[in-house]
Amino acid sequence: MSTDSAFTATRRHFLTSAAAISLVTVSTHVRAQSISGVLPWQPFAAEPPTPIGPQGWVFFTPAEAAAVEAIVDRLIPADDLSVGGKEAGCAVFIDRQLAGSYGSSSRLYMKGPFLPGLPTQGYQGKETPAARYREGLAAIDAYLRKTMNGRSFVHLNADEQDQFLKTMEAGKVDLGGGINATRLFDLILGNTMEGFFADPIYGGNRDMVSWKMIGFPGARYDYRDHISKHNQRYPLGPVSIAGGRPEWSR
Amino acid sequence: MARKLPPKDVVIVGLGWTGAILAHELTEAGLDVVAIERGPWRDTATDFNIGYAPDELRYSVRRDLFLQPAQETLTMRNTSSQTALPMRDFGSFLPGTGVGGAGTHWNGHTWRFFPSDFNLKSHLTERYGAARIADLTIEDWGLSYDELESSYDRFEYLAGISGKAGNIQGKLQDGGNPFEGVRQREYPLPAMQMSYAPTLFAEGARSIGFHPFPTPSANLSKAYVNPLGIAMGQCTACGFCERFGCANYSKASAHTTILPVLMRKPNFEARCNSEVLHVNLDATRKMAKSVTYVDASGEEWEQPADLVLLCAYGLHNARLMMLSGIGKVYDPSTGEGTVGRNYCYQTNAGVQLFFDDKNFNPFIASGALGQTVDDFNGDAFDHGSVDFVGGAGINCIPTNGRPIGYRPVPPGTPRWGSAWKKATAENYLSVLGFSSQGSSYATRGNYLDLDPTYTDRFGRPLMRMTFDFPDNDIRMSHWVSDRMEEIGKALKPRQMVSSRRQKSWNSVPYQSTHNTGGAIMGTDPKKSAVNRYLQSWDVPNVFVIGASAFPQNAGKNPTGTVGALAFWAADAIRDKYLRNPGALVSA
Repeated sequence: MSTDSAFTATRRHFLTSAAAISLVTVSTHVRAQSISGVLPWQPFAAEPPTPIGPQGWVFFTPAEAAAVEAIVDRLIPADDLSVGGKEAGCAVFIDRQLAGSYGSSSRLYMKGPFLPGLPTQGYQGKETPAARYREGLAAIDAYLRKTMNGRSFVHLNADEQDQFLKTMEAGKVDLGGGINATRLFDLILGNTMEGFFADPIYGGNRDMVSWKMIGFPGARYDYRDHISKHNQRYPLGPVSIAGGRPEWSR
Repeated sequence: MARKLPPKDVVIVGLGWTGAILAHELTEAGLDVVAIERGPWRDTATDFNIGYAPDELRYSVRRDLFLQPAQETLTMRNTSSQTALPMRDFGSFLPGTGVGGAGTHWNGHTWRFFPSDFNLKSHLTERYGAARIADLTIEDWGLSYDELESSYDRFEYLAGISGKAGNIQGKLQDGGNPFEGVRQREYPLPAMQMSYAPTLFAEGARSIGFHPFPTPSANLSKAYVNPLGIAMGQCTACGFCERFGCANYSKASAHTTILPVLMRKPNFEARCNSEVLHVNLDATRKMAKSVTYVDASGEEWEQPADLVLLCAYGLHNARLMMLSGIGKVYDPSTGEGTVGRNYCYQTNAGVQLFFDDKNFNPFIASGALGQTVDDFNGDAFDHGSVDFVGGAGINCIPTNGRPIGYRPVPPGTPRWGSAWKKATAENYLSVLGFSSQGSSYATRGNYLDLDPTYTDRFGRPLMRMTFDFPDNDIRMSHWVSDRMEEIGKALKPRQMVSSRRQKSWNSVPYQSTHNTGGAIMGTDPKKSAVNRYLQSWDVPNVFVIGASAFPQNAGKNPTGTVGALAFWAADAIRDKYLRNPGALVSA
């Protein structure tokens, strides 16, 4: 996934620019990408996604990572349908997203003034997702240590963890620092689901566990032989854009 | 200070559907044309790579191909008594950028509006009386369906539209839309092969006397060679259509239907990563002399031209007019001014049916593979006994089963935990959804202007959108929801969930990228920004082409009509304007 901003000159723009200039019949200047008299094509001009390695943390501190792993494991608990959110890689997914363009809101409109808005006007906060996680996780930790005998989220038992997440979801906890608990919960829940259901190349949905669970075949891209097989289960298992191992197709 | 470039005959702002059509037609007429596009060059072979095109996170959730709010956004509010705030992320609608524009990542529903949509005000006044539309500022287009028919035909044949005609030269056709206007010939390709959900929907609709037919689709049912000699492939129903570029050459867009010919012409130049800031007028303010743009490095350039065509997304056409002083900006308190007037949208609602014993394989889908019921659209039915005007198409077009976005569960299901997971796994394959796409009729208080506070990265004011669903449209939508529920009941689901349209318009959840108006066409220069040829009343060497010209929106996707208007405007420029440059309609 490209991490640069949407409109600065990227490597691919440079490549196509250079190609176009060398081939065109008319080129008035070099700064803009001028193309005339040719349909440009360069090998490897576009940007493939960068696969995520599962090792280590890029954005989270070890304590934050432990808390997020515990949270995603309650949002998506291990049961007879699938592994839990932690084993599926949801925390790794969130970590890498927060370290990239999503985490820094680099694609969003971030000019002030920042004013409280109506619900129909959407999120109006100044804080990026990265900042909201950093401040939010610290606030959760401080709140729990104060109210749960010095224990952090990872030290609560599963029932206590669920109970705390429910109070966050309902906005029935004051985390201080102007943090809206419901919005923070929604942010974490949304990112967890993204990680669980996105292509495994981004670090979550390990071994396409969620796709197998619901019956989504992933990146197969051609269903012509099954369109008219109404009400019949699609026979093939999922594939990822990173390819497939033989056992993935069973 | 902008550096001045050698003049061109024509400068086009934006290289999407309309820009590409106009560029092709005018280069064929021998003109020297440059298109200035703020986004990057993109093409199927390089950018819509089959190896990683099916990536929901990148393209659908993070919206890699779209205009980013950091580049340009709008402010919004529901009424003029509120303070507009910026849409910091896009949600309700998603404008495009780059070569191909929003046509890159559209679904491909390709409609003709009804004949009565074009003379809407006179038609409704005559049929129901002026009092019925007193709350609305709807207008006639100044252009009839019959005049536009051949342009619709050209766009459909350019794009390889797959469908079934309902009315050929006045003869109703079995299996087509019995309510459509007269067309001269059949679609270029037969309708797509139907998947299970639309098939079942059509059975249910037919069983209660409605008239379903295959949705006209720009996802091709068969391989096709278009009139420019460009070959396209059969759609594979991959389920990665809207928000994605097509890797199969099977979704019509500028890339797959025009650019392979256009780009090779010596009298055409595309300048990418170059954002037009404004159109420059001469001292009389009645003639455009050039456009100023800034390239990727931040350097400013001035491109002189005899003719300036605004072919950006409709909203951005209106903003460029405001920033350039072309026409007077609309003021709702006085009702004066034309630019920004009659901003309209789309009035949608939905129904989900939960079944125990069915498997719809929702991932076997394409953007426009489905069935439509048009019995309750526009003025296809008598509104004598109802309290609204307008209507909606009822569409069963399940576009995808991509699981970050598509995970239907019954209301009341927890959002997380084991109960959530169980419901998600149980329902993923067995839900049938369909929706109404309703007309959006203009009112005095829904409009576009420039925001007094917020600016873009160049310091130019953002456009401000003031919009809420008119009461007329809410009544219409509820009435059509009643009809949808009748179809739903006929299919005997375990559970039916109806999501009705409510005020106020919310800019966050995705609804539709069918923003219309702001530079509307018409017969009265006091009420319209452009004449029937899409020529500015105020600056006659500027043409403004796109859904910005719709005086109000119909219950149909706009692209078919936008494409037809592009051919219509190109004909007017080539056959009328070039022979006698100046106003084509006297004000």
